[in-house]
Amino acid sequence: MSDETSELTYREAMREAIRDAMRRDDRVFLMGEDVGLYGGCFAVSLGLLEEFGPERIRDTPLSESAFVGAGIGAAIGGMRPIVEIMTVNFSLLALDQIMNNAATLLHMSGGQCNVPLVIRMTTGAGRQVAAQHSHSLEGWYAHIPGLRILVPSTVEDARTMLWPALEDPDPVLIFEHAGLYNSSAPVTAASGPVDIAHAVVRRPGADVSLIAYGGTLPTALTAAERLAAAGTDAEVVDLRTLRPLDDETIIGSVRRTHRAVIVDEGWRSGSISAEISARIMEQAFYDLDAPVERVCSAEVPMPYAKHLEDAALPGVDGVVAAVTRTRSGA
Amino acid sequence: MSTAPDREAALALLREMTRVRRFEERCVELYSAARIRGFVHLYIGEEAVAVGVLDAATADDDIVATYRDHGHALVRGVPANAIMAEMYGVSEGCSRGRGGSMHLFDVAHRFYGGNAIVAGGLPVAVGLGLARKMQGRGGVVVCFFGEGAVAEGEFHECMNLAELWQLPVLFCCENNLYAMGTALERSESETDIALKAASYEMPAWPVDGMDVVAVRDAARRAAESIRAGSGPHFLELRTYRFRAHSMYDPDRYRDKEEIERWKLRDPIAMFVEQYAIAPDDIDAIEREVAEEVDAAVAYAEAGTPESVADLTRFVTSETGRT
Repeated sequence: MSDETSELTYREAMREAIRDAMRRDDRVFLMGEDVGLYGGCFAVSLGLLEEFGPERIRDTPLSESAFVGAGIGAAIGGMRPIVEIMTVNFSLLALDQIMNNAATLLHMSGGQCNVPLVIRMTTGAGRQVAAQHSHSLEGWYAHIPGLRILVPSTVEDARTMLWPALEDPDPVLIFEHAGLYNSSAPVTAASGPVDIAHAVVRRPGADVSLIAYGGTLPTALTAAERLAAAGTDAEVVDLRTLRPLDDETIIGSVRRTHRAVIVDEGWRSGSISAEISARIMEQAFYDLDAPVERVCSAEVPMPYAKHLEDAALPGVDGVVAAVTRTRSGA
Repeated sequence: MSTAPDREAALALLREMTRVRRFEERCVELYSAARIRGFVHLYIGEEAVAVGVLDAATADDDIVATYRDHGHALVRGVPANAIMAEMYGVSEGCSRGRGGSMHLFDVAHRFYGGNAIVAGGLPVAVGLGLARKMQGRGGVVVCFFGEGAVAEGEFHECMNLAELWQLPVLFCCENNLYAMGTALERSESETDIALKAASYEMPAWPVDGMDVVAVRDAARRAAESIRAGSGPHFLELRTYRFRAHSMYDPDRYRDKEEIERWKLRDPIAMFVEQYAIAPDDIDAIEREVAEEVDAAVAYAEAGTPESVADLTRFVTSETGRT
């Protein structure tokens, strides 16, 4: 890797991460639906077939269970597969393999059978593609012991989290919010070892902690700007990993600001935001000056019409209103 | 290439079938005595399948089995001690007491487990085959599953993928006619299972699963073809379990006459008769096997329970990159 800084989109950053991993390690290959000739449903893998050939940029039939399971078997057999699933909704067809094999084999075999597999998939709404292509189920996956769940929200994380995920001896799921692919930022390629276990504070602040991840990070940052203009200094925590959850960073922030608003595109009931809220209660109850607030998706399958989809999603207005509630004591 | 085994080979086949039979008979006793708990699925009646197929496998080949896996593990060379200890749930078990009867693992023997999701092992076997092909390593992945698996989508996805990518997998369908309590003809519109595999362009043929030599010969032929680079092969091994599905199963769905009729085709008794095994040879094998099973029970009885402090070990790896 070079030390050059260049402006990349999130999509290009992920592509460069795959390219880099494949150049570094012969065992790494990419497989999934339309990753090769088509160039990837979201064009992440565009051009990689030409460089690496059809063995390592491997188009699969529409058989999520078989090719995810094949990724598991190939990982056990000494390869380092990156399996791409087109969207999180489709991953449900492979849930048996992810849950009953990838997450379970190590424990069930008494420590013998680790699964060094990376599964990437698109998550989230905002493109008017309705209720079978738009959900945010990463919180479900974060429920499962044995998986590591990464949610890169910045171009830099998109560029850098893949390699340490491939180095992990256990299965790692990477959730890429579809709304982020066109975002861009300058990235320095070689920036040393990358942490895939901790959250980071993206914007320091003193008055309230906005806890966000993936597709809700831009929402939280925009809300923080608007709040700043109105005199409220919001801190923004980017979770980066949903499993393990970085309690220290979350609780540390809440102890400083005494208020927390969690911004999560998942449905509220049984969500990762519920888990985070519970942990704040357990570990920082007496530091709180207001109840924890959550801004989540409406509990409805994602509708097609733009105004309905917008209304279903956590937005800047909702975050600002939630912060205002924590400040007013109402 | 059907060949009658010479005396040494015949005794070896008989010894392996007897090991599985006697080991499992002891499991029944131990289950009744509450030394073993959970689910226990017996292979009694089906021994010729694992013994015949695994005779065609080399130490470098990979094995994927189902929850009815005692026989496969034993024949593969997983020590009886470690298997029995696993059934006792102690730390000396081959899965350190984390798996039990249904999840025997021994990576050193390339035994990648008892998988207890019907058809769940097939994608893993396909992936092991993919790794072998991409690495140019040769060898065969032997994947066992029951006929119940053919009703699962994963079966069809894997038939297609393995054939499409020409992966070195030997699919071994143990057709014992019942998916737990559901008879094949009550659950499948097409009951010719080999035909289903053949419809994916895969070489596939039915085999008398009660005839260990027929199984061995078919497996050798298929494995040889796979090693020569002809892609996956499929064997439908027609067999029958003499016992209920599991220790919990009252076996109300099978006609007693049907069970008795199949018992006339007991793979061990038929083999002894067909190859005229001498009583002295049988006695010697029985003594040897009894010693092995006794030793396994003693080993398991003396086992040490895993410390509760270690409960959450092996959820994630303790070592770095492998």
